[in-house]
Amino acid sequence: MTRRTFLGMPATAPPVTAPAGVGHLRGDESFPDAARRSLADPQLRRNLRHATTTIRAKSAGVIDEQADWEQLRAAGAAIKADTLHRLPDLLEQLEEKVTGAGGVVHWAADAIEANRIVTDLVRAAGADRVIKVKSMATQEIGLNEALEAAGITPVETDLAELIVQLGDDRPSHILVPAIHRNRAEIREIFLREMPGVDPALADDPTALAAAARRFLRETFLSTPVAVSGANFAVAETGTLAVVESEGNGRMCLTVPDTLITVMGVEKVVPTWRDLEVFLQLLPRASTGERMNPYTSMWTGVTPGDGPQAFHLVLLDNGRSAVLADEVGRQALRCIRCSACLNVCPVYERAGGHAYGSVYPGPIGAVLSPQLTGIEDNASLPYASTLCGACYDACPVKINIPELLVHLRAEAVESRPRPTAESIAMAAAAYTMDRPRLYAAGQRAARLSRLAGRRGRGLPPPLNGWTASRDLPEPPAQTFREWWAGR
Amino acid sequence: MVGRAVTSRDLVLGRLRAALATGGPAPAPVSRDYVQADTVDVDQLAQRLTDYRAHVHRATEAAVADTIADLLPAGATVVVPPGLPPAWLPSTVTALTDDGLDHGRIGAADAVVTAAAVAIAQTGTIVLDGSPDQGRRVLSLLPDRHVCVLRAEQVVATVPEALARLTPHRPLTWISGPSATSDIELIRVEGVHGPRHLHVVLLP
Repeated sequence: MTRRTFLGMPATAPPVTAPAGVGHLRGDESFPDAARRSLADPQLRRNLRHATTTIRAKSAGVIDEQADWEQLRAAGAAIKADTLHRLPDLLEQLEEKVTGAGGVVHWAADAIEANRIVTDLVRAAGADRVIKVKSMATQEIGLNEALEAAGITPVETDLAELIVQLGDDRPSHILVPAIHRNRAEIREIFLREMPGVDPALADDPTALAAAARRFLRETFLSTPVAVSGANFAVAETGTLAVVESEGNGRMCLTVPDTLITVMGVEKVVPTWRDLEVFLQLLPRASTGERMNPYTSMWTGVTPGDGPQAFHLVLLDNGRSAVLADEVGRQALRCIRCSACLNVCPVYERAGGHAYGSVYPGPIGAVLSPQLTGIEDNASLPYASTLCGACYDACPVKINIPELLVHLRAEAVESRPRPTAESIAMAAAAYTMDRPRLYAAGQRAARLSRLAGRRGRGLPPPLNGWTASRDLPEPPAQTFREWWAGR
Repeated sequence: MVGRAVTSRDLVLGRLRAALATGGPAPAPVSRDYVQADTVDVDQLAQRLTDYRAHVHRATEAAVADTIADLLPAGATVVVPPGLPPAWLPSTVTALTDDGLDHGRIGAADAVVTAAAVAIAQTGTIVLDGSPDQGRRVLSLLPDRHVCVLRAEQVVATVPEALARLTPHRPLTWISGPSATSDIELIRVEGVHGPRHLHVVLLP
């Protein structure tokens, strides 16, 4: 649902969710249906288990050596909460500082508008190709598809994103998007899709990375426009920061003439000093490193160094709707580290694709339904066992279990027609209010044991519950009978 | 209703203000009781750089050129930022001083030698800020080998100390080891797009 009224709009407008039909916040099927397919893929489950286990161990090691980790988490959570509380003012300050440093700031109400702004900027620069740094925001809005429709070729330069793009695939993890592919599969994709690749390409990671280096080097040097996301933007100074490993980010942020950065409005932080918290939290929670290999920071345009035209696109696309929910807004603290994915027993088995949205795992289960409106992602708040591991792992202390429960309530309330669950709950409430009826029901349950063979489960529409669970055998004596005869 | 055309800027800011209009609890003040500063341990910096497969060399100021000569083959072409101390360069290499070198020549060079702005011992990080002895960002990006000369007084212990020393409006590059990826089966591979070899020469 999107509303576009451009005349006579009051100073405040109701928050609006992200429009459908553009971008990648909605899956084609519900989580249980999609998860069933990935659960049937043993290769995928092996890859996922290996990946999540490895990152968990690395991350735990470097968090252990940071004695003030809990103080940093608390500070990170507090800075983000404060940021959200005065987000409009901070964005205006950021705009002023970026503009003052020679950048141009654009505002995009939704994915459609952001895609149009970027497409127009690329055209104005006379380019038919752009190089891209891995960015969740541009995946969210479906920028690649929009550019392709306009005859512009987007080239993903992050190795994993390149694997995904060449394989005509979808990312399955925020941090390691090709986590579902092993080396043999990646070699196959390169042999099939990478122009000029050596047919004798070996399948060891070093050889595969070297092939990507050769393939992309010429592209980096000959493409005049780059598109990036941003990890942080400092309102006080107008400084943008991108955190990465491979150097493809440095290439995109340094070599082209024009740089276009698309960032969600919640990425702003108030002060330069605030980076001292997030630059300690992010690498340790994310890749399990003390520091990631490269972080680039730039403020507007630096004469004689790097792109001489810089555009910053500030994206809403449903974030105002998330902000409007006092409980839900904490999801906007997310710094996209993916620690919650790596500790989640559901993610480890179902994989990223099952979530439908570009934001998978526990954070995706609470962020995507809020960005789109609960109706469009109603199954996601149930994609969790509420075990709480994600809350413990989150470097900015987002209470994901609390949010899941909050959104489940919303999902139930939003259903247009009564469901088996709501009918059963209403019937239970009615029965429990009437003691004689309740006692009769309990006796009936015992009778049903005599009538039915054990393990047959409940009749429709309740058979969904017992399809994957055993119906507990009713006891020979109910508590009430025992109490009465005591 | 008569009004001027409302821009997307007005629309986004209006929505965000409306979202906050219901109030909600004021956020708690930010407590910065995490570690701000610590004793500098240059050995820790060396160990953590090595952990991330950078090569660390100790030298005196007078011995920098000899140390670099051992790292680069005779006749190697070396990109040099305009403000690099000339005494750091060995006579065995061909210097390519940056006066607006094009990307092709920078990328074809065997190595680049730069100074640094700050280094962080606890994380094994060096930071370049584009000063004349470090040069444009692209100089330390395209060559396959980066030699960075660091003075002990530039080393701090913690990330907060580093940020306090840096100037935000300069273009900053934080480097922790050579370019790396773990995108394939999470196996760390050094060298994707940035320099595949990082040498840090530590001065007293």
